[in-house]
Amino acid sequence: MKNPDEKGAAPPGVNARRRFLQGLALAGGAGAAHAAFGAWGGSTLSDAFADFFQQHYQRMTEAEISEAITRIERKAKRRYGVDIQCDTTPAQQGVVFGYAINVSKCRGYRDCVHACVRENNLSRDTQYIRVIEMDRDSTDLRHGDHYYDHEQVPLDGKYYLPMQCMHCDNPPCVKACPVEATWTEPDGIVVVDYDWCIGCRYCMTACPYQARHFNWGSPALPPEEINTATHYLGNRPRPAGVVEKCHFCVQRTRKGRQPACQEACPTGARIFGNLLDPDSEIRYVLANKAIFRLKEDLGTEPKFWYFRDK
Amino acid sequence: MTSEAVKPSLRGFLVDSLGHLVRGRLMYWAWLVLLLGLIALGGWHYTLQLREGLVVTNMTNQVSWGFYISNFTFLVGVAAAAVMLVVPAYIFHRKDLKDVVLMGDTMAIAAVTMAILFVVVDLGRPDRFWHLIPFIGRFNFPQSMLAWDVIVLNGYLLLNFGISFYIVFNHYRGREPSESRYFPWVLLAIFWAISIHTVTAFLYSANSARPYWHNALLAPRFIASAFASGPALMAIGLQVIRGISDYPIRQSVINHLALVAAIALQVTLFFLLADLFTDFYNEGEHAASARYLFFGLDGHSGLTPWIWTAVVLLTTAMLILMIHPLRKHPVYMNIAFVLTIVGVWIEKGMGLVIPAFVPTPIGEIYEYSPSLTEIMVSVGIWAFGLLLFTMLAKAALPVQCRFLREKNRRAGTERNPDSDPAVEPD
Repeated sequence: MKNPDEKGAAPPGVNARRRFLQGLALAGGAGAAHAAFGAWGGSTLSDAFADFFQQHYQRMTEAEISEAITRIERKAKRRYGVDIQCDTTPAQQGVVFGYAINVSKCRGYRDCVHACVRENNLSRDTQYIRVIEMDRDSTDLRHGDHYYDHEQVPLDGKYYLPMQCMHCDNPPCVKACPVEATWTEPDGIVVVDYDWCIGCRYCMTACPYQARHFNWGSPALPPEEINTATHYLGNRPRPAGVVEKCHFCVQRTRKGRQPACQEACPTGARIFGNLLDPDSEIRYVLANKAIFRLKEDLGTEPKFWYFRDK
Repeated sequence: MTSEAVKPSLRGFLVDSLGHLVRGRLMYWAWLVLLLGLIALGGWHYTLQLREGLVVTNMTNQVSWGFYISNFTFLVGVAAAAVMLVVPAYIFHRKDLKDVVLMGDTMAIAAVTMAILFVVVDLGRPDRFWHLIPFIGRFNFPQSMLAWDVIVLNGYLLLNFGISFYIVFNHYRGREPSESRYFPWVLLAIFWAISIHTVTAFLYSANSARPYWHNALLAPRFIASAFASGPALMAIGLQVIRGISDYPIRQSVINHLALVAAIALQVTLFFLLADLFTDFYNEGEHAASARYLFFGLDGHSGLTPWIWTAVVLLTTAMLILMIHPLRKHPVYMNIAFVLTIVGVWIEKGMGLVIPAFVPTPIGEIYEYSPSLTEIMVSVGIWAFGLLLFTMLAKAALPVQCRFLREKNRRAGTERNPDSDPAVEPD
């Protein structure tokens, strides 16, 4: 439990800024630190203090990141009694991820939804993926059923449209964020720094796909179901009061694995891969199928396509 | 702007101002106790929200902005309406308005402060406020419209505070403030006032995902309705001040504000009509939110009674203010002011913010109404704004009164041209 000022790695400017901020904290931030202690994550006072001054992910030195990770793992242990491993695997060279959904194969089982919840340590009231039950003759999302709940799927006369974060190439949410807490990684994944987000939710108003989710209270996460293999920008346990979203299972896909939703799909409706690899399956789909994207007219350039077999 | 201020007199000014704050009649103290009580109530509810998170509000992932941001929107409008005193006072040299322009600035200070507080209580992580401070945090400027809003709102607060302080301090020292020194700042504040509306409207209209907002008329509508509600609120405030102090506020000032509100209401209702026509003549998906607001959508119509109430209130207020004998009638005029304030509060508050989320961009419908916590925290912020206005006015008014009395005494015979400056069409 080191004082953040003791680290030698930080450049002098950073320390000067810290001292200024600590001055601020002495003047007026004591209340905020106390509240963080009580409400936001069940921390010790020194961890809460270090969290308060923690820098933006892209601005931290190696040493600061490793300290932040130690705190993340320590907090998870204290809060859930679970040993998690949090890594920061960077984007691979020459990789930009994209997704394509075969609408004719999706049968509305929602296995992807539940696999995602478990893989990504989602609060049990949050789902990154929604499957909308649509009328066969309509593409109007407003007349689809977001919460269908019958014994059997698929129903006659319906088709099923899975939606999640589209990882737009021109993401309006990133533009909206006043503090750059969300950005596009080199591999095309739109990520959130959960420790930098101020919880203003402007990104949620900007997103045309309703892909962003806010932690209105503390996430409800059963300790025995926690996935301990986590990524800083991905599925690590989140604090209350911040926005989160699908991150293409960054903790898996940067290590060459498929996202959990793709692996869980029993019908093979989900095709995920590297858009820069001309031999990838997703490139085959984009080249040979009649593809479409949702709300393409808004110019957000989603890296998330749909196609039909027949 | 106060570089020539010599230390002792600045201290004397501050000490005297504090002195004015602790001297008052019983009503003054009762008013303070009432406001402090409401602030404490709001503060207590806010601590609940801090402890539990925003889950104590009725906001959801579907309707992710609610009552707080609605009040914020309304108050930004009120804040900028001070220009409706500033422009005629400084550009057209209306002496009667110049005498009270300071109260307009004071109201702007209180309104901007409330607006900023409403954003703060809406934050999921207020402990991370420093991320928003340019250079220290990480400020997404000029990309994010919210970053722009932070700049224009805080800048407007500083400008108004600086100008007011300069004027009052000079009056305290018994001299006319040097117009050549503060006029450039007044000009800047005029443009800045328009900018806080415009940027706040752009904050909404930037969202191409939400057709209800994504509309070039949003900023003009915003300004039009603000120039109705702001002057109405100011007119009521000035009459209250006139009733409880000997501050010389002429009826011509109130009449001026009534005329401004009348014109602004006409423009507001015309813009509303233009919006409704465009939405409904060939109704498509883009009109779903407007349909929800005005007529209800798929059996959901929580806001419908509210918006029609607002339409009726605003129309009535407009008619009263358009008919000259009624506009000049002390009772009817004030009825119109109240109707205008309530009407715009509904229309530019919940009526502007909530329907953009209903239905969501992908067609879900979730109806929102504020929770008790949201209402109580909001009451607390309003009480805080009123307290701030009261304190600033209480400190500044004695200085102003003394200065104006001396000036009028010196002016002596020159008073006549001032006392009837009205250039109203009749």
